[in-house]
Amino acid sequence: MSFETLPRASAAPGTSGPADVPRIVPQRRWGPWTAAAVVLVLLALAATSVLRNDAFQWDVVAEYFTTASVLRGLWLTLWLTAVVTVLGFALGTLLAAARLSANPVLRAVSWGYVWLLRSIPILVQLLLWFNIGALYPTVLGVRTVDLLGPVTVAIIGLTLHEAAYAAEVVRGGILSVDRGQIEAAQALGLSRRRRWRRIVLPQAMRSIVPPAGNMLIGTLKGTSIVSVIAVSDLLFSVQLIYHRTYQVIPLLMVATVWYTVVTSVLGVGQHYLEKRFARGSERTR
Amino acid sequence: MSVMVDIRSVHKSFGPLDVLKGIDLQVRAGEVTVVLGPSGSGKSTLLRTINHLEKVDRGAISVDGDLIGYRRSGDKLYELPEREVLKQRTRIGFVFQNFNLFPHLTVLENLVEAPVAALKRPREQAEATARRLLERVGLGDRADAWPRQLSGGQQQRVAIARALALEPKLLLFDEPTSALDPELVGEVLDVIKDLAHQGITMIVVTHEIGFAREVADTVVFMDDGRIVEQGPPAEVLDRPRHERTRAFLSKVL
Repeated sequence: MSFETLPRASAAPGTSGPADVPRIVPQRRWGPWTAAAVVLVLLALAATSVLRNDAFQWDVVAEYFTTASVLRGLWLTLWLTAVVTVLGFALGTLLAAARLSANPVLRAVSWGYVWLLRSIPILVQLLLWFNIGALYPTVLGVRTVDLLGPVTVAIIGLTLHEAAYAAEVVRGGILSVDRGQIEAAQALGLSRRRRWRRIVLPQAMRSIVPPAGNMLIGTLKGTSIVSVIAVSDLLFSVQLIYHRTYQVIPLLMVATVWYTVVTSVLGVGQHYLEKRFARGSERTR
Repeated sequence: MSVMVDIRSVHKSFGPLDVLKGIDLQVRAGEVTVVLGPSGSGKSTLLRTINHLEKVDRGAISVDGDLIGYRRSGDKLYELPEREVLKQRTRIGFVFQNFNLFPHLTVLENLVEAPVAALKRPREQAEATARRLLERVGLGDRADAWPRQLSGGQQQRVAIARALALEPKLLLFDEPTSALDPELVGEVLDVIKDLAHQGITMIVVTHEIGFAREVADTVVFMDDGRIVEQGPPAEVLDRPRHERTRAFLSKVL
């Protein structure tokens, strides 16, 4: 049928109706089906190889999964993550406020902090804090080594590192709030505190939560680095066991599965938090 | 009638750009003043200096006898602490071109926020007032909606109700219909007209000449940081004395 013979919608009744308009047939696409099939086959192969490989020793994994020392390590990992995240974001919020202030000295110091702490690898920072006693043997008359145990060093090192990244996340969130929002709050006579707490931060949270959730998960796994300074977190606890039993792989699987479980729970929490702060952003009732 | 707003010799510059080059203006209580002028003439900046959203570089502004943003002692003006400025702002309503409703608060919460936080009103009383005001702007049934669920015209009517919730003695409108689709302009202007008839002192920056003709007691024409002429609408709009006013009106009418 040539284009000229296609009927118009406004055709007079009786001559040619919508029934005469040719039906549209979508193009058949084989590519996506083939790709999906290949990926599924590869996935099945990988799964069987994992399940059939006895070297994983899944029975050993099950045996150690909930032993007291592993659970103690998991607990330390969890509270260390919580403490570092809370302190890191508290300090990060202050740094972000300083960076956005009108005071050039505060701005420069905040910028400098973020620059320095982001430049030094966290492993190097932890080792430096661990050996700080070489620089300052005593603090206020107390021996530094007694004052700063491995856990304290871990909290300090991870928090200072976290704060540098948190500062950027919070700053980005605050910048995402429309300037008119602050002006409207000022025009209504809302105090600085109220403007910050009630108008700016809740709106900034929408942009802060996704990267902050990302950071929280990163911190959870990142805390495993403290095993190098002999803090008995989840990783260090399984290492202690496999140094004794030589069952390296199954015990690493214990840690792997725990990290995955906690990460998944955190992901679910993030989903609900995002929904909470998206209030008012949907257009239809 | 008494003078509500008294602007004397106000200068303001942004860096090297002089935006206001010596403005004198008096607005009497209960009157509607409409400020016209091309973009960049300084009319929005002037409006924003009246509630101290912009600080003036020179000159002074008083609203109902209160010097805005400063305290006078001898021949000096001392800047007031923010707390005092905020208190002054609660007596001056401001309506923005882009509404600036708080998107994370419901319509009702938008109206309740300032009376509760700034004026320490009891919540029930503030909510009752808010519902009455929403009724008045024709949105009594949208109290629990989110701002984004409303049309632009409805949002601006909520913004007007939000400004009224503080029971201001002066209302400032910064191009209240410029961000609206043409068919939504009328509903917002109707609300403003209604307020004008109730005797609230208002200063309206706008491009709506028809509105100025109908509602204004005084029309002020600004260009290049100065007031070129002012007077009743019949004079300024129909028999402008200055060439610049004539040129502007011929373009917008």
